[in-house]
Amino acid sequence: MDSILIQLLNGLDKGAAYALIALGLTLVFGTLGVVNFAHGALFLMGAFCAVTFQKILTISKKVLDPSITYFDAYIEQPYLELWFGETGLAVIDWAVPLSIIVTIPTMLLIGLAMERGLIRHFYKRTHAEQILVTFGLAIVLQEIIRHFFGANPIPTPAPDIVSGSAAIGTWIGLGENFVYPWWRLIYLASATVIISSVFAFLHLTTFGMVVRAGMFDRQMVAFLGINVQRKFTIIFGLAAVVAGVAGAMYAPIVPPDYHMGMDFLVISFVIVVVGGMGSVRGAVAAGFLLGILQSLASMTVVSSLLPGIDQIIIYLVAVIILLTRPRGLMGRKGIGE
Amino acid sequence: MSEKYDITRRQFAKAGLAVAAMPMFYTKGVWAANDFTNNPGSSSTVTLGFNVPQTGAYADEGADELRAFKLAVKHLNGQGDSGLMNTMKPMNLKGNGILGKKVTYVTGDTQTKSDAARASAKRMIEKDGVVMFSGGSSSGVAIAVQGLAQELGVIFMAGLTHSNDTTGKDKRRYGFRHFFNAKMSGSALGPVLKDEMGTDRKAYHLTADYTWGWTQEQSIQETTEGLGWSTTAKVRTPVGAGDFSQFITPVLNSGADVLILNHYGKDMINSLTQAVQFGLRDKQVNGKNFEIIVPLYSRLMAQGAGKNLQGILGTANWDWQLEDEGSKAFVKSFGTEYGFPPSMAAQTCYVQTLLYANACENAGTFYPPEVIRQLEGFEFDGMGNGPTEYRAEDHQCFKKVLVVRGKANPSSQYDLLDIVKEVPRSEVEYDASIFGGELGPYKV
Repeated sequence: MDSILIQLLNGLDKGAAYALIALGLTLVFGTLGVVNFAHGALFLMGAFCAVTFQKILTISKKVLDPSITYFDAYIEQPYLELWFGETGLAVIDWAVPLSIIVTIPTMLLIGLAMERGLIRHFYKRTHAEQILVTFGLAIVLQEIIRHFFGANPIPTPAPDIVSGSAAIGTWIGLGENFVYPWWRLIYLASATVIISSVFAFLHLTTFGMVVRAGMFDRQMVAFLGINVQRKFTIIFGLAAVVAGVAGAMYAPIVPPDYHMGMDFLVISFVIVVVGGMGSVRGAVAAGFLLGILQSLASMTVVSSLLPGIDQIIIYLVAVIILLTRPRGLMGRKGIGE
Repeated sequence: MSEKYDITRRQFAKAGLAVAAMPMFYTKGVWAANDFTNNPGSSSTVTLGFNVPQTGAYADEGADELRAFKLAVKHLNGQGDSGLMNTMKPMNLKGNGILGKKVTYVTGDTQTKSDAARASAKRMIEKDGVVMFSGGSSSGVAIAVQGLAQELGVIFMAGLTHSNDTTGKDKRRYGFRHFFNAKMSGSALGPVLKDEMGTDRKAYHLTADYTWGWTQEQSIQETTEGLGWSTTAKVRTPVGAGDFSQFITPVLNSGADVLILNHYGKDMINSLTQAVQFGLRDKQVNGKNFEIIVPLYSRLMAQGAGKNLQGILGTANWDWQLEDEGSKAFVKSFGTEYGFPPSMAAQTCYVQTLLYANACENAGTFYPPEVIRQLEGFEFDGMGNGPTEYRAEDHQCFKKVLVVRGKANPSSQYDLLDIVKEVPRSEVEYDASIFGGELGPYKV
């Protein structure tokens, strides 16, 4: 029982990451009609915002090891620790949560620059051209990251206080083996808050109403004298922020490396298609659904019966859903068609 | 009488030719045909190919391999401080290239993908005319290009490859491995595991689903079961899974008290990080502290894993902190050139290049069958791993193996591993026939 619950939590956690990326992807497609293959790179850049912030906080005084003469080997002592003692160390320890403050404006700027500088020139081009240019951009961005940070994953730990596991089993009487990492729980909770905020923004504000109207009939909204384009540009920035924050918060779960954006890209597209192109609700539902299915499929009892099922379950479900519901789970006529 | 010496003109001519050719039997390499692949002939240069991962997850390791290769070429051409040419014994290298020909090189990107590595090696052989190629950070790649080496008749001096299959069932006459293997890791780790963890343990394996993972799992399982441990489960994980949580959570309820991570590089960094997040290192099972073992790891991986690797046992082929003359000479040479210590991948690539060059000098030719014969059974010292032998039966180098532990209190950013034990060669040797395989012909 507890192993099923743990895998369910794993699935929700994985699904949260999928949903956050797919959410932005489907928003961009629904509003701008752009198939943005660089969206995974935005997740990557968010993670590296956290890495960079951590590196800045840990700029250190280097004390050379005199026994090594052929190269500089040294012990590093962060200036924050030297200047502020325990307080400085606490700030370093909280580097990832604090980095969110920097990640939000940085990603907004990156998103706006990307849309204004490149993507807008491809609005009227074919999807194939959009895919080519955005995929190229994704490669350029990841290679820039590799140039500055190397190919090795970079440890980006969560604060000490939440680096262990929560004894969920003990709380609910399921035994001490049912534990789950605190940071993953925080990630799941944060994802829920972010997704809810985006929904609230789209459904409870005038701005959101215009955007949703524009997703259905862009021309009609424009005829009403509304500058839809500017709003869609802001939506692109918002999508970048969501992907970036998702990436920054994911850094303690999987140490970031330059390729992590690509690792999520294909699966995010599958999620968008399964959820229904341009459907925000569909993307979120499909993200969680596929995350949970993937986790349950990797349970020993399942994978021993159907070896390799955990690797294909997402694509299998995608095929079944597209055969039975060609517009995806929640895709509606008129969007993405 | 007359009948006894009655020979025809034809027989006389044949005998004459045989007599004329006779002294040549005693001249080394005289039968080396001129038509072997990429014979440098009268050219003043000879080209080597360095096929390393320049992109992908192992790009950092590949970059370090490439640095080592460039350093080896420099030393072979008589530049720099000569590195291990000062300590290698016996050695026939003169610092004037190989057989008097200046060494040049070309590079390729394996991308840590078998097909890309084969394409790159093929280009090196067919277009760039290399007489030998080397490098790589994956057993899948090593086995793939080793097959190509045999097909095309060009020697491959493997880089970092740890699968038993490389010099086991997939061994090839044209492939040579200096790096140690999974079987040797198991033999080296066994006694240390017994001392530190006892003989009553339950092991759970998470294994990268490809040749290296399979053979390491098998070798470590044989070792641990030989100690009296039982194996609770062996779970195969896809390469590059990223998030291993769905594979780690079943460990919590399995009853196992040891997790063995048969993962390398990024996979190992991720799976170990996540295992620690799930509290496995703080757990008590069966009245014992839960332990994690990573049978193969390197300093570069220790950098990526950070604090999570501290205290964890594994094995390594070489470490820059070894105190023998060869290791010190190489660290000095590499450190002076690049400003940081070499990785174990760099060391094996450097040594492989020098070994090939020396074999050519010993053979007096680049003709591969002659060079292969020089490498087979070659015994040497002064290269950083103590007395070493290239076993003729499977082209596996036998030397001491390091048991290492992630260091708890590093004295510098490179001081990440404690050498727990230098296991002598005699304790990691095994019968070459246990893994099967055929080397294949000398002449192709």
